Amino acid sequence: MRNLSKPAILLGPLLVFLCLTYVVPFLGILRWSVTLPEPGLGQYQAALSDPLILSVFWRTLRICAVVTAVSVAAAYVVTLLWVRGGPVQRLLIEFCILIPFWISVLTRAFGWLALLSNKGLINTWLQSLGVLSEPLSMVRNEFGVIVGMSHFLIPFAVFPLASAMRNLDERVLLAARGMGAGRQRVFWTVFLPMTLPGVLGAALIVFVFALGFFVTPAILGGGRSVMIAELVYLRIFQSPNWGLGAAISVILMAGVALLMGALMRAVRPGDKS
Amino acid sequence: MTSGRVASKGSQMLDKVTAGEIGAEGIGKTFGHFTALDGISLTVGRGEFLTLLGPSGSGKTTFLMILAGFEAPTSGRLTLNGLDVTRTTAEDRGFGMVFQGYALFPHMSVEQNIAFPLKVQKRSAAQIRARTDEMIEMVGLGGHGHKKPAALSGGQQQRVALARALAYEPPVLLLDEPFSALDRNLRGQMQDEMRRIHRDTGTTFVFVTHDQEEALALSTRVAIFNHGRLQQIATPREIYDHPDNRFVAEFLGDINVLPLASVVMQEGAAQAVFEDVPLRVALDGRDPTEAVAVRPEHMHLALARPAEGNAIPASVREIVFLGAETRLTLASPGGQPLVLSIPSEAVPAGLVPGAEVWVGWPEDKGVFV
Repeated sequence: MRNLSKPAILLGPLLVFLCLTYVVPFLGILRWSVTLPEPGLGQYQAALSDPLILSVFWRTLRICAVVTAVSVAAAYVVTLLWVRGGPVQRLLIEFCILIPFWISVLTRAFGWLALLSNKGLINTWLQSLGVLSEPLSMVRNEFGVIVGMSHFLIPFAVFPLASAMRNLDERVLLAARGMGAGRQRVFWTVFLPMTLPGVLGAALIVFVFALGFFVTPAILGGGRSVMIAELVYLRIFQSPNWGLGAAISVILMAGVALLMGALMRAVRPGDKS
Repeated sequence: MTSGRVASKGSQMLDKVTAGEIGAEGIGKTFGHFTALDGISLTVGRGEFLTLLGPSGSGKTTFLMILAGFEAPTSGRLTLNGLDVTRTTAEDRGFGMVFQGYALFPHMSVEQNIAFPLKVQKRSAAQIRARTDEMIEMVGLGGHGHKKPAALSGGQQQRVALARALAYEPPVLLLDEPFSALDRNLRGQMQDEMRRIHRDTGTTFVFVTHDQEEALALSTRVAIFNHGRLQQIATPREIYDHPDNRFVAEFLGDINVLPLASVVMQEGAAQAVFEDVPLRVALDGRDPTEAVAVRPEHMHLALARPAEGNAIPASVREIVFLGAETRLTLASPGGQPLVLSIPSEAVPAGLVPGAEVWVGWPEDKGVFV
């Protein structure tokens, strides 16, 4: 009894805090979605039959899928170099991961704007070098959104990957090498499959996080690549339709919950070994 | 006895294997200021079963890693069948290796684990199939081929590791404390299995352990390491009966080491004095040292001073009945502890702690250490 009750008491304040900040507001949103402007499921019907909203959902999924693939792939390489490199290389990579991590999302989005916009650094340089005659449009479209979001999300993929790579038994790699396997083969047939649970974990975190992105797509998408969070914002603050905004939020939440449940079930058996 | 039939089939297949001969000359390894290995020279003959034995930190595992090619020696030369392999990578040496903790590929089935080195060697699918089945049979895991390592017991995983390491007929098999995670019963079984597999394959085995019984039971020769130096390399019997120095004497089995007050040479034997008691010690081609060592089972107990051999008076401290044997702890008048191991029926009736007795041993059973 003592052993059980003590952690419960210690966890208590956190549970109360999470309840107040997440569960209560979410219940409020759930209520709005079925009561505003009138009781019923009308807002869900409206959300799921509006081609504009559906296209935004579809774009959000597409962007998040690409961002997840890009971030996890890039993070895999960065983590590999970080975890298995020498001390100087490790320190350097830690700096490169942590410094952007501490900089506000807004600053980073504007940073990318300064680099990628039509009159930004990259286009100016390429034009003055004569590589381009017309500026390459890299913002106010999905490309810019994907670049900005991936950059923001890479560190979030690095941490689960690092833990997977650090927990890997070094002797298994030695065993493979001892049997005559070269570096390439050891990586593709042993190292990568053994770190796959970490890859799935990283992908889940990045994908779920990406679904709710607001600032980056708003700035780098320039109102053209509207994602779901921005749509909710517009429905609530600009064309006041709180019920519709709430219904879209609930649909997003339900999708995230389903996805997490499915992925966690898929990852669990691999974790044991 | 299904295993006997399988074993002979295995040996036919493996007859063509050429076991490797390893030579190490002055192998040294330093990590910063720490000397892990200091001038190790030894040879491992074709088909030999050499055990590297020593306490933890003695350098035995480092030496094994250097043999495998996972560590480069700081100094010295390594040969395989007379060819210099000091700078050859682990991949190119291709020695089989069984690790502590098995190091199986957790995402592959038993069959895929065993097939891995064969795929590396680009053998045909039919060959891989046949060889994998043969290895699974050899280690007695028929019917477990499709299982993942996590679904197997420790002993079974150990067998998979062994099968995987032997599947591609490596010239040398290196084993790093492979049984340390197994319970005592299973260890005994695996040791028998290991002896059989060594006999059947004829491969050269180099085995690291800190378990002296295991070393004695398995090896054709034992190399004893301490503080990065090779203390002695010889057959188990020779090391047990004629330890080269006090470390070896005390490390391998129990032994009574009696410090000597003086030693005088006389007629090819040494006249020594322990406390006040004169002793004779056979020289056995050695120089006298300051202590003589006698195994507990070479000592006997007498109620009166024996007429033959060496004898010292002692008082009984403790009597422990172990079945066939009884283990006695005694102390000399000077307080030197003595341990005896004698057949239980040879224990005098009515012997109790505190009794004053004599401890004797034949002159040729004491060695200078």
